[in-house]
Amino acid sequence: MANNLNAIEFIDVSLAFGERVILNRVSFEVHFGEAKVVMGGSGMGKSTLLRLVLGLLKPDSGRILVEGEDITDYTEEQMMSVRRKIGMVFQEGALFDSLSVYDNVAYRLREQHLPESEIEPYVIRMLRFVDLEDVVDKMPNELSGGMRRRVGIARALVGNPKIILYDEPTAGLDPITARTICELALKLRDLEDVSSIFVTHRLQDIDVLSREYVLRDDKGNLVFEQEGDRLCLINTKFIMLKDGDIIFSGTDEKMRLSDNAYIKRFLAG
Amino acid sequence: MNLITRGIYQIQELTLLTWRVLRSVYRPPYYLREIVHQMDVSGFGSLPIILLTGFFTGAVLALNTGNTLQRFGVQNVSGQLVATSLIRELGPVLTCLMLAGRVGSGIAAELGSMLVSEQIDAMRALGTDPIKKLVIPRIVALVTMAPALTIICDMVGTLGGLLTAMTFQGQASSVYLASAQEAVDFNEIIGGLIKPTVFGFIIAILGCYKGLSTTGGTVGVGRSTTQAMVSASILIIAVDFLLQKLILSVLLQR
Repeated sequence: MANNLNAIEFIDVSLAFGERVILNRVSFEVHFGEAKVVMGGSGMGKSTLLRLVLGLLKPDSGRILVEGEDITDYTEEQMMSVRRKIGMVFQEGALFDSLSVYDNVAYRLREQHLPESEIEPYVIRMLRFVDLEDVVDKMPNELSGGMRRRVGIARALVGNPKIILYDEPTAGLDPITARTICELALKLRDLEDVSSIFVTHRLQDIDVLSREYVLRDDKGNLVFEQEGDRLCLINTKFIMLKDGDIIFSGTDEKMRLSDNAYIKRFLAG
Repeated sequence: MNLITRGIYQIQELTLLTWRVLRSVYRPPYYLREIVHQMDVSGFGSLPIILLTGFFTGAVLALNTGNTLQRFGVQNVSGQLVATSLIRELGPVLTCLMLAGRVGSGIAAELGSMLVSEQIDAMRALGTDPIKKLVIPRIVALVTMAPALTIICDMVGTLGGLLTAMTFQGQASSVYLASAQEAVDFNEIIGGLIKPTVFGFIIAILGCYKGLSTTGGTVGVGRSTTQAMVSASILIIAVDFLLQKLILSVLLQR
């Protein structure tokens, strides 16, 4: 089956809220291991795209496939098993206010009734991955915006999902924290082979995701390298949304050469 | 949407939510810990206000009716009057109006802010059904706690009446209590407990519905909170009339 090459596939998906058309017969696919960066101005349906993948919203028409499985007509109960394969990082983190950082990250494992002895090392490992071991007992309202999002990422990674959806994870953050979050995305893309949709409108994110890659050196340390003259295949593709249509789809090199006026203005910043 | 379509739409959404609740209440997973927590927060947490309102309502009831009863020379039935009023009417309605103000609005505010900060979506994304995790525990808690609190309200109200009758009307406590005891009839109490069970459901489902249908950010949360409380209060009083008619003709026909 050709479909099985794709982690996520949209076929002619349309969605409108009343008179407002959000998506107009949108088709694209995310290959396994690929990071798909979705760009576009505010209110262009970027977040809606992610909600459709999770089945939090249903399209008016068209089909949505996750790992080759047609989820379009799934009920809420059927969606639960699909959602287990997907991690979602929400815009502001969307941590549960009433639970501590530990309980937030442990949430998914608790729901699966795992024994506490298994949960604890797992949670600590996840928090170490996002470099936040020391806030384990804090409540979400004691954290900064950047920390909250990193906890959100740790929570999304529980259960080793092979698909991760990022909803503007860097919006409104300082450049250094934003960079940290992009590096996390790089690590997941290059070392864990995760397929992802990365929604953003920040040019810096686009630069990092299209020009850098991460690898492990002989000693097992992580090394971030710039894409230089050396031949390398950075597994990131771009999509530009405007008024419900995909106006561009392809690699960053192609995008930077595009003569579309909107894309030029977008990339000029 | 105009007013009528919006009204019909809301009734439809509320019915759908009720249907989803009834359909999934018996299916696992059950969140027992969550239910107990909600019982504690909404039931035990409401105890102080129920004690205070119940006590003073009973006291003022005895105070107001004392003179009238004396004019007919039957002040010895004031215990029965206070107890009957409380068990039939004031206990359930007062308790549940208080719960609507304290708990119903709280539910709407909590679920509303969870919705606007994407926590409900996050919950669904993590594979939990918010109906089971958030809505059902709150409904179960209120449906069980409202009758329990009503009983307490009835009791302290009768006690408040007793203290008034003793201190201001010079009545012997034995007279008051003996007369109050006559009001405590089995069917009377059953009728007085059916009401808060129904009201508890109304408060919880309206709080959840209003919270989960919040739109318009933080301003919307405030609006949902008010609406949850107001609509629950009105519905309680309206349903009280219908239920009383039913109870009178089924349970209390003489």
